Amino acid sequence: MSELIRHPTGMVGAGLLSIIALTVILGPFIAPYDPQAFHPAVRLTGPSAAHWLGTDQFGRDIFSRLLTGASPTILFGVGATALGVLAGSIIGVTAAVAGGWVDSVIMRTLDGLLAVPDLLFTLLIVTILGGGIGEAMLAVAVAFTPGMARIARSSVLSIRTREYILAAIARDESRAYIIVQEVIPNAIGPIIVEATIRVSFAIMIGATLGFLGLGAQPPSTEWGLMVAEARQYMYRSPWVVAVPGIAIAVAALGFNLFGDALRDAFDPRRRRR
Amino acid sequence: MSPAYLLRRLLAVALVLWIVTIAVFAITMILPGNAAIMILGEYATPDQVAALEERLGLNRPAAFQYFEWLFNLLQGDFGMSLRLSLPVSEVVGSAFRNSAMLAATALVTVTVVAVPIGMLAAVKRGTKADLGISLVAYVGTAMPEFVTATLLLVIFAAPGNPLLPAGGFIPPGESVAGFFNHVILPAGALGLILTAHIARQVRSEMSDVLASDYIRAARLKGLRERRVIRGHALPNSLAPAVAVISLDVGYLLGGIIVVEEIFAWPGLGRLLILALENRDLPVIQAITLLLAMVYALSNLLSDIVIAALDPRVRYE
Repeated sequence: MSELIRHPTGMVGAGLLSIIALTVILGPFIAPYDPQAFHPAVRLTGPSAAHWLGTDQFGRDIFSRLLTGASPTILFGVGATALGVLAGSIIGVTAAVAGGWVDSVIMRTLDGLLAVPDLLFTLLIVTILGGGIGEAMLAVAVAFTPGMARIARSSVLSIRTREYILAAIARDESRAYIIVQEVIPNAIGPIIVEATIRVSFAIMIGATLGFLGLGAQPPSTEWGLMVAEARQYMYRSPWVVAVPGIAIAVAALGFNLFGDALRDAFDPRRRRR
Repeated sequence: MSPAYLLRRLLAVALVLWIVTIAVFAITMILPGNAAIMILGEYATPDQVAALEERLGLNRPAAFQYFEWLFNLLQGDFGMSLRLSLPVSEVVGSAFRNSAMLAATALVTVTVVAVPIGMLAAVKRGTKADLGISLVAYVGTAMPEFVTATLLLVIFAAPGNPLLPAGGFIPPGESVAGFFNHVILPAGALGLILTAHIARQVRSEMSDVLASDYIRAARLKGLRERRVIRGHALPNSLAPAVAVISLDVGYLLGGIIVVEEIFAWPGLGRLLILALENRDLPVIQAITLLLAMVYALSNLLSDIVIAALDPRVRYE
């Protein structure tokens, strides 16, 4: 852990993630205004003492909307990734442990699914499920599953012939014991690294779906939806689109930096440099 | 590269595409909403709906529809667009050409910009230039296309004094200057995140190469730094760079969906969104399959290029 913080990318990443976490938890309580309240007198005004980040087309306080929008935006990314990692790990570990034709069938199916671009896959599933933030989250999770399954499988395969596994087999431990006690704890590193980096992708895809009208629905303050709703006014008041847009980038950046630092910490080959 | 290797890879691509056809067909079969009702409107009588379903063949067993669809696909027949009443191959064909122009412009620009930048950062590792490149690249990878596109529009296409058009498409056959004028912003929106990602990956791959024993050997035998970089480090970094670029093609193909929608570019992405809204199954199937095929073939192409560049891969 200290290794993580000492590295500058890890330090900045951890800092950004702390700010993001605080915003998600405290945002709704420290918002100076009701994020949905219309203030017709101050429509599309720039940053001022009363409205730190200005107001939108209905005179709603952008700073308050940003603070309350952190939770649908960020928790979407974390939730979708967690579901995808869980499903992918189960499939990947099953394939690796089973081997033989089960492994072949699973892997070839995954190859086929991986040939479809993530966003396209997500759009197809969202269309099946219908738009909405829960449906969009499930769709991103499904789209992430094949990639995570591959990583989980290769991670398990890489440790399959290690001495501690062979020792457990020699001790005549049960299959379940070996998987739960020996395989999973040792194979989980690369999965966690990949998951952290994927949260940033999930946040970006979620915001993109919100932007396309297929994710969060009004009056949600999800950041992608905020950009979409303000687009009509973007030439008159650029900050209405810039503020939520930059917020998405900062959140994605935090997970990216932290994920990279995690990878360096897990990979002794890279740690030296 | 042996013919056997090529054949094996081609077979693998064919297998992947066959699995994609099953997945695509399964997904479109469970799409909610009835295409016949979509065409006839919500006031259609049940009799009319049944008659149209009969005519379109939508009431037959799924397996039967799949094999008929696959059989027709193999003959180049993608069916009729339910919404536009035109052959799918015609609708998708022109959209494909337009998307290909956008994607190719973006990909070529990205490659030309990102690879040298990444290599420069690796060679100048730890300097201010490296820090600057890394910072910009980190921020760039965190910007989804719709944010980049929106910011580009605000900066370059404000109505008062637009430097560039806010959207639309002019075929290069009509006016080359007009085409480039219209392609700059969408290609830029597509390219920023890819440039950032590829530059970062190339930097990391090249750093690994520069830390390797053969580079140390080259330096120890007294070669000048320029020779070391040009003669040893550069050729060995090309294969990983090709691999990174080909993986990002998948990301690019997803990105065109959003970017085309924002910039009103008449390509596959825009057509896909229209088709999804109208439950136009044959069009959705054709586009998904086409994008998967492009991605699979670009991976195959990159494997061949890598095998040609790197003998270690060839003899494995």
